[in-house]
Amino acid sequence: MPAKPKPVEGEKKVFMTGNEVVAWAAAAAGAECMYGYPITPQNEIMHYWTRLAPKFGLIFLQTEDELAAGFTMLGGVLAGRKSFTATAGPGNTLMQEPLSMAEMMRLPAVVVIQQRGGPSTGQVVYSQQEVTLTSLGGNGEGLRVVYSTSSHQDLYDYTIKAFNTAWRYRFPTFVLGDGYQGKMREPVVMYDPELRGVELVPAEPYVGRPGTPGVDRPPAHLRNAYSIEEELYEAVMELVREYEKVAPEIVEHEAFGVDGARVVAVAHGVVFRAVKGVVRELRQQGVPVGYFRPITLRPFPADALRRVAATGVRLLVVESAYGQLARLVKEALSGLPAEVHGLYKPGVLVGQGEIATRIKTLVQGG
Amino acid sequence: MKGVQIQPAMPRSWRPETKPHKFCPGCGHGIVLKALGEAIDELEIQDRVVFGCDIGCSLLAWDFFNVDTVQTHHGRTTPVMVGMKRANPELIVVAYMGDGGGYAIGTQHLVNAATRNDRITVILVNNTQYGMTGGQMAPTTLPGQKTETTPFGRDPELTGYPIQGPEMVASITRDGAYVARGTVAKPRQLKGFIKRALQNQMAGRGFSFVEALSTCPTNWRTNAEDTWKFIEKEMTKYFKVGEVKVPPELARGKGEREDG
Repeated sequence: MPAKPKPVEGEKKVFMTGNEVVAWAAAAAGAECMYGYPITPQNEIMHYWTRLAPKFGLIFLQTEDELAAGFTMLGGVLAGRKSFTATAGPGNTLMQEPLSMAEMMRLPAVVVIQQRGGPSTGQVVYSQQEVTLTSLGGNGEGLRVVYSTSSHQDLYDYTIKAFNTAWRYRFPTFVLGDGYQGKMREPVVMYDPELRGVELVPAEPYVGRPGTPGVDRPPAHLRNAYSIEEELYEAVMELVREYEKVAPEIVEHEAFGVDGARVVAVAHGVVFRAVKGVVRELRQQGVPVGYFRPITLRPFPADALRRVAATGVRLLVVESAYGQLARLVKEALSGLPAEVHGLYKPGVLVGQGEIATRIKTLVQGG
Repeated sequence: MKGVQIQPAMPRSWRPETKPHKFCPGCGHGIVLKALGEAIDELEIQDRVVFGCDIGCSLLAWDFFNVDTVQTHHGRTTPVMVGMKRANPELIVVAYMGDGGGYAIGTQHLVNAATRNDRITVILVNNTQYGMTGGQMAPTTLPGQKTETTPFGRDPELTGYPIQGPEMVASITRDGAYVARGTVAKPRQLKGFIKRALQNQMAGRGFSFVEALSTCPTNWRTNAEDTWKFIEKEMTKYFKVGEVKVPPELARGKGEREDG
């Protein structure tokens, strides 16, 4: 049998939408199954995946809803194929049901979220209002990994990384983008991950391994329901211990200018791009300001942020939501006398002008 | 020589370590699962079957077989097995659920998997109510039947008539689908239906669906005699037992008897 062609060979610079980037990145990461349901603004991920499918032997099914998209994805994972789905808004709400099963059963599901406005149907364009849902959703403890991307290069890099993280640690993994990232075009370098030394963690089947169950090997008996409180308690605590053990290996952030800063702006996603530009410019003007960007929202880079906050800076959380990132920040800083201010614009971008104004006011003690 | 051990005859594909099973006395699940176990044995597919069970009493079967098994969420066994089958068509997948899982919370999955002609086998146990949660009305509850949420009897004016599941599946599937309704009152016939539903999947022909009429004396609050009367006399007034749709290519197995 001839080897399947690699979706991305070598390295190439392209100019495309974020949704197209995700489809290519998933294929480059060795994903074989996408199960999805239409919802704006992530549809083009499916559109491009279905066009890549015949060429690279990929599987696709458009399901009847997001519940089915999520659960068929889990079926694909159980069968031993890297599988993913993509959704947004109300679809993300439904997606929490299959993802809580993935959490309980350690199934390496990968979900790309392109956030749209909420609550409810909201708007189909953009927001950062799915932070709480994506990070802590489901009837459980939020034992999942959430990468927040802020550029198309991030979408490419972190989609590949999401499959590796999921299959290495066996916790469900999200790539949290937004409608602007999904729909706009920008330059990105696509590459064969293995050429850059990124080893692709192989998938393994949970069911259907060789041999007759009970004769040659024990049967796989996979469940998420337990009979009594103590039994579930033990199972959940085992999950928690495992999650806490691997979290330091997963957690990521980036920071700039935090030493000697009087104000540190905290932002993620595309809002971070605005913050980054403002902070760098103000720094050049001598304003004592820095930035802190959590790349993983779950696990949250709490230790790194606590070190920043311990220097007595004032924090300004900037986000296209009404304090969802700020909640994670405040929890991380629990017990520290840090001042946390907010610039909250649910469902709209935050302009550089207003960010600069707030930072200057805070620097001057206002 | 060891002492004589008397053990009831069990299908080879059952897992003896988990027997006796966890269903209530008089429950029909054990009979359906025996029929399935025998069908797996006869087709010699124990190494290829993946058994998926729903929430509700069906979840108690999560460690029932020496067969790879995944227990899912309420109503979601169908999509899990659809996703699995499409990812690895070599597997023979069985989605096992109750009437609440298949006909209420998971109806959209049943309808769409049937419409797409997904090559999976669905076995749906119909005992006319929600067993695990304590006996509430299901889409299959008979007119006049008392349940916890219809304490004065199901009023069809308010809540409709029992769903005709196999008939619905038959009407939305094309040639190639296999659809039948069996009953634990006729276990041999039921085994035949399940076997043909598996064979139909193995042949890659299409969606295969067996509804099994089953007993729930615990929630029906019936003794043995009334339990039997209810399944044989009352349920069959609304649920016609037999094959509803058979692909022309699916030849009758030799020596199989239709009526047990």
